[in-house]
Amino acid sequence: MKDTLEALGTVDKYLALYDRYRDEIGNGEPQFMKTLREDAIKSFEHGGFPAKKDEDYRHTHLEPLFDREFDFHFSPRKISFDINEVFRCDVPMLNAEVLLVLNGFFHNPSGYKLKELENGIIYGSLREAIRLHPGLVGSYLGKNASLQNETFVSLNTAFAQDGIFLYVPDNRHLEIPIQIIHLLLSDKNQMVQHRNLFVLGQNASAEVIICDHTLSPHMYLTNSVTEIHSAENSQLDVLRLQNEHNNSCQVTNTWINQARDSRCQHSTITLHGGIVRNNLHAKLNGEGAETNALGLFLLDKQQHLDSFTLIEHTSPKCVSNQHYKGVLDDTSTGAFNGKIHVYPDAQKTQAFQANKNILLTDTARMNSKPQLEIYADDVKCSHGATVGQLDEDALFYLQSRGIPRNESRLMLMYAFADDVISRIRQPALLDRISGLVSKRLRGELTRCNNCVMHCDD
Amino acid sequence: MLEIKDLWVKVEDKEILKGINLTVNAGELHAIMGPNGSGKSTLASALAGRDYFEITRGKILYEGKDLLELEPEDRAREGIFMAFQYPVEIPGVSMVNFLRTAINEHRSYKGLDPLPAGEFLKLMREKKAIVEIDSDLTNRSVNEGFSGGEKKKNEIFQMALLEPKLAILDETDSGLDIDALRIVAKGVNALRSPDNATIIITHYQRLLEYIVPDHVHVLYKGRIVKSGDKQLAMELETHGYDWIKNEVDSEVE
Repeated sequence: MKDTLEALGTVDKYLALYDRYRDEIGNGEPQFMKTLREDAIKSFEHGGFPAKKDEDYRHTHLEPLFDREFDFHFSPRKISFDINEVFRCDVPMLNAEVLLVLNGFFHNPSGYKLKELENGIIYGSLREAIRLHPGLVGSYLGKNASLQNETFVSLNTAFAQDGIFLYVPDNRHLEIPIQIIHLLLSDKNQMVQHRNLFVLGQNASAEVIICDHTLSPHMYLTNSVTEIHSAENSQLDVLRLQNEHNNSCQVTNTWINQARDSRCQHSTITLHGGIVRNNLHAKLNGEGAETNALGLFLLDKQQHLDSFTLIEHTSPKCVSNQHYKGVLDDTSTGAFNGKIHVYPDAQKTQAFQANKNILLTDTARMNSKPQLEIYADDVKCSHGATVGQLDEDALFYLQSRGIPRNESRLMLMYAFADDVISRIRQPALLDRISGLVSKRLRGELTRCNNCVMHCDD
Repeated sequence: MLEIKDLWVKVEDKEILKGINLTVNAGELHAIMGPNGSGKSTLASALAGRDYFEITRGKILYEGKDLLELEPEDRAREGIFMAFQYPVEIPGVSMVNFLRTAINEHRSYKGLDPLPAGEFLKLMREKKAIVEIDSDLTNRSVNEGFSGGEKKKNEIFQMALLEPKLAILDETDSGLDIDALRIVAKGVNALRSPDNATIIITHYQRLLEYIVPDHVHVLYKGRIVKSGDKQLAMELETHGYDWIKNEVDSEVE
């Protein structure tokens, strides 16, 4: 009974918030957005937060975090700062188009809000895209990130006002990668919900890097949605680099809808974060589509990371590969819950899933749960999950060649992580990530060293 | 160079070595032979610093230092090298990275700067030739997917690179075909000098046809029960271990 009352409390708080700011949130938006938001808030009201016993959220009870006191802002606040002064990117020197999202709003005070290239490619502020291209955005936004059964998506859909829109029309290729940097910077605890929408036409290709960062030491709660539509024979690479401080909480929801023969690789590298929940939902909706989902996380202290994946094979001859690996130190905790759902008609499906974890201490904990639901009979599916320690025989072998024990441990941890890193397809990015992970394992990458503010714990 | 004095070693409450005494001088090659389970590999592990056992008595002096006080990596950097009976596969650690790290750790221990990349590659090429190791192998992860013979050659290759003062070869001949055996033997012989010493641990006399020992010791039930020169190895080849076992067992009774 107590649980129910508390649940009502938190949900009501957000319903009241929506009621109060409804007009400000949807100010100037076309009708389809208003409808979408109203549907979303109803759906959120109906669904509520996942209960403590909810199987899919068993290891991460998020409601209490959403119940904390946060500042909410429904219009971009004027924060005058020189981005080059406060933020030094961890993935520098990449030839990429950098798009900043500051506290949930596209931030480019002296430049474009939405860039429209001659070849039809569009990128920039989602809010601006909704204003300028309501037809285009309206035909994709919310069409994939289902409101049903996913409270955090509903909540985001009701509230999110901005984020990044990327549109690559048929037969076009994004020449240089887009790098989206989500920055959190404020003088108070803050909750942020932003939304990214990527649309790839037939035979189109693109590469996107998403970086999540905190720039001030306040408590942050982010609930973000990235919605991806991949048309026939398109190719998309998304790499998300999470590097928020230990006082932050992040829920990411990534929804990928793939048509025939499309290929998508989605990687999540978590270097730092307080409490992180990453939901990845890929739907293979046309013959021959392929998804690769990679995950690597390095946890220490009291950090917590929960990866949830759902790969739906609705069509025949699709391929999915999942490689998730984690290294857990101190009293950190982690969870992996990977579902593969093969529909009755999805014959010749190939679905592979691996989750491997290393615990560096007796006090770190990892829960791994593969779930296969297979309704077709001609499929190849496999999964494996391991939780173990560093191999003592390998450690001794390295030591016996004169390599100190600590260095040997680092070599083995790095080798473990490299299995995921080496699958990153763009060489320059692979190098950067490889360097970052190596630094992180050595303890040289404190969560704030990308920031000149040097805030302490 | 090495002095083992009354060494007793226990593995999980069972005495494996019961009072080993052995002195190895620079320039010497010792063969330690013995039937299975006599404690040969435990002796090698005790020298290299593996810690799954307990040393209950005795001491090991290496160049005057108390070896048992040193970590495995420091023993290595002081010049001890063990060729493993079962070299470990380490997926994800490239041979090149592993070897370069090892060499540079040795150098930094001696107060030397890391070896420049070009010189390192040159050194690798030189040493590869000694053991006729396939170039492709050094592009892979440490021992990963190597055949039994390749793994053993790889041990000798590492030995050639690290130039130890005291090399311990633990059953390096086991599982080798005759060609690989010749190559391994050639490598070991090429690396012998008046300044370094070698301990070869083996069950069979086979390897000793190619590498001639100065001293042969028979280990049985955790003790060195017989020592001699290469003739002893030949006798063992002809008569097996039974006559020694009988001799020792009757003494005990």
